[in-house]
Amino acid sequence: MKFWRKPLDLDDQQVSRGDVHILRERCKGCGYCVEFCPEQVLKLDHAFNKKGYHPPVKLEEKDCVMCKLCEMICPDFAIFITEKEKVAAEVNHG
Amino acid sequence: MSDTAVTPVPVKEDTTPHPMEEWLRMDRIPHIWCPTCGLGIVVTALVEALKKTEFDPDLLTVVSGIGCTGRVAGYIKLDSFHTTHGRAIPFATGLKLSNPKLKVVVVSGDGDLTGIGGNHFIHAARRNIDITVVCVNNFIYAMTGGQVAPTTPNPAVTSTTPYGAFEPPFNLANLAEACGATYVSRWTALHVRRMVESMTRALMKPGFSFVEVIAPCSTLYARRNRLGSGLDLMKFYHDNAIIKNGCPTPEVGIDFQKPFIVGDFVDKERPTWHDRMRAQMTASLGDKFIPKEGPSICTNCE
Amino acid sequence: MDKADPLGVLTGSHYLDGDEACAEGALAAGVRFLAGYPITPSTEVAERCAARFPFMGGTFIQMEDELGSMAAVVAGVWGGSKCLSVTSGPGFSLMMENIGLGIMMETPLVVVNVQRGGPSTGLPTMPGQADMMQARWGSHGDYEVIAVAPNSPQEAFDLTIEAFNLSERFRTPVFVMLDECVGHMTEKVIIPSADEIEIEPRYMYTGDPKEYLPYKVNGNKNNIPPMLHAGQGARFHTTGLTHDERGYPDMTPACQAVLVNRLVDKIRKRDDIVLLEEDGIEGADVIVLSYGISTRVSYGGIRIARERGVKVGHISMKIVWPFPEKRIRELMDSVKGFLTVEMNLGQISLEVERIVAGQCKTVLCGHAGGTVHDPKVIAKAIEELAK
Repeated sequence: MKFWRKPLDLDDQQVSRGDVHILRERCKGCGYCVEFCPEQVLKLDHAFNKKGYHPPVKLEEKDCVMCKLCEMICPDFAIFITEKEKVAAEVNHG
Repeated sequence: MSDTAVTPVPVKEDTTPHPMEEWLRMDRIPHIWCPTCGLGIVVTALVEALKKTEFDPDLLTVVSGIGCTGRVAGYIKLDSFHTTHGRAIPFATGLKLSNPKLKVVVVSGDGDLTGIGGNHFIHAARRNIDITVVCVNNFIYAMTGGQVAPTTPNPAVTSTTPYGAFEPPFNLANLAEACGATYVSRWTALHVRRMVESMTRALMKPGFSFVEVIAPCSTLYARRNRLGSGLDLMKFYHDNAIIKNGCPTPEVGIDFQKPFIVGDFVDKERPTWHDRMRAQMTASLGDKFIPKEGPSICTNCE
Repeated sequence: MDKADPLGVLTGSHYLDGDEACAEGALAAGVRFLAGYPITPSTEVAERCAARFPFMGGTFIQMEDELGSMAAVVAGVWGGSKCLSVTSGPGFSLMMENIGLGIMMETPLVVVNVQRGGPSTGLPTMPGQADMMQARWGSHGDYEVIAVAPNSPQEAFDLTIEAFNLSERFRTPVFVMLDECVGHMTEKVIIPSADEIEIEPRYMYTGDPKEYLPYKVNGNKNNIPPMLHAGQGARFHTTGLTHDERGYPDMTPACQAVLVNRLVDKIRKRDDIVLLEEDGIEGADVIVLSYGISTRVSYGGIRIARERGVKVGHISMKIVWPFPEKRIRELMDSVKGFLTVEMNLGQISLEVERIVAGQCKTVLCGHAGGTVHDPKVIAKAIEELAK
């Protein structure tokens, strides 16, 4: 995040990081979670699940910010987020 | 599908239950809806909204009609009724009048509620019966194979309009408002968060509340009109839904594959059927009037 | 058996017509929700309930049509009340869809049909008895029904209460098949005190609501599962689709066989859902079968025939469906024939024919409706049959 000066309460601010739980066998490969994740944390797996769909996988180098949009927009109750940790907010300033 | 390097997290057996599971009849999951169908999203949104209202879940009832949306009642773990085609609203009326303490939600499709169920729709709205109606609008009769619906925009192809639909479709938000609904909104399956907020308001508001949810139907509507899959329809909603809260409902008609308006349109105050009935009875009968407060026959309930 | 709620019992001696008496019977039975639509000649039932409900915690709603009325009545039962709807022929046709739903969901309720001349709009203000087969077969699919036919305002009161009791006992919709003549005929009706009226209680589940299986029969002697209403914590599901014990759709032939056979057998496999009034059966050459207003007229025809020396007996059916097969079979070897007197062109008479299967003569004394029989015509038919 870029600000023109450092926010005064920056040291108190924390953001969540989420654990992405993917219920692979429930997924029907609709692609909504991949398409609409604001942080683009997911991609469709190359592999199939038992029903022949490509479930999503979380990219290791990306951080899930627990917005839970995927959890809400999945039509098959196949993905949900739990809180992994809280980390200090990072800010670019100057 | 993916061409850039993917570093997947190793897949392990996930034993944490999905937060929706306590609200679903898990012995019936996976549900019957097609991949990319918007109905699963409506179920999640409705449950989220019900949680926010903090109503006693034992007093919540879900009533649905026939059709793809009609199956919603079967999956939500509340007292739920899967009734006859078009009759979800009068059924809900009967439940509410028999036991006014129940909180009754109708979830049904555009064809069920405004085609065969049209008469019941307009009268329940006129009477301002205290029920919440979620109308999932996919512009087609999907369950029976994709026939034209009262909401099908022209010139969409359906199985009974193979050369293009030509009957003018309903503007459901306008219909609901004209008939007397006190809360009218329209969202799409894409607008999950706003849909949850809207459904919460609709549930909390006494009277006839109407929430229209435009949802993708890939197997029939999209396929027959070569619109791609549900994902393509969701992208279409993303690029073409214009949020205009408070827009006058006569202006929110939907044309085929053109930009369309969503939003919270109507939120007004009007006495409910019960308010009016009790006021009239009291005015005429005074103390002699005994209102029906709850069920009249019960051996186990309070 | 429970006793009636005094709030709904208009104890005393009254002059009421059949419609009004039927309404009083429903109120005495505990009905506190009615969803209906006006139709001659049944409207007075709804009107009386609309007038009386506000004094006893009842709710009346005039719905937009009979389709909605029936849906609301089925729902009203599931909401936890005793419910009624009323109609005549054309409305009965519209109600058939949700009568089917009521049967499939095993919903105890009563539908009153004050029959008029048909078909279609027919003769709205004149009697008929031509909906009897419709009561039996009007909705689609396989099912059994129970139907009562009062022949006086007093019976309209008594048999409406009996109809509610039967509906609770067998968890099924029951029909009160009045006709316009009894419906609009004013006679003395004696309504007893509330504690003299026996009410069959609803068969409710008493276990842990979380363990409730809506369609599991727990050895109930009437082959019905125990009920719970919406709002009692069971969070159950029920559907018009073929369903299993959990109430979930199970669209397989195996499930169909289990469910539909039970729905049919709970009534068909019994021979005790019978209510008859018999007179002069011993040694009779001819037996007259009748129900509703035709019973009253048949008394006249039978008297004339007896005066002329014919040995004629009379069976007046109060419960018309299920048809009293067993009694007919017992009698068919000892009589020359059965004469069915009804205001139609042959409906219950077909049942007689079916059961008798040629063992003796079966004759219809019927007409297209609009008026009651002439007793002399009945007498002549009796004499013909006795030859």
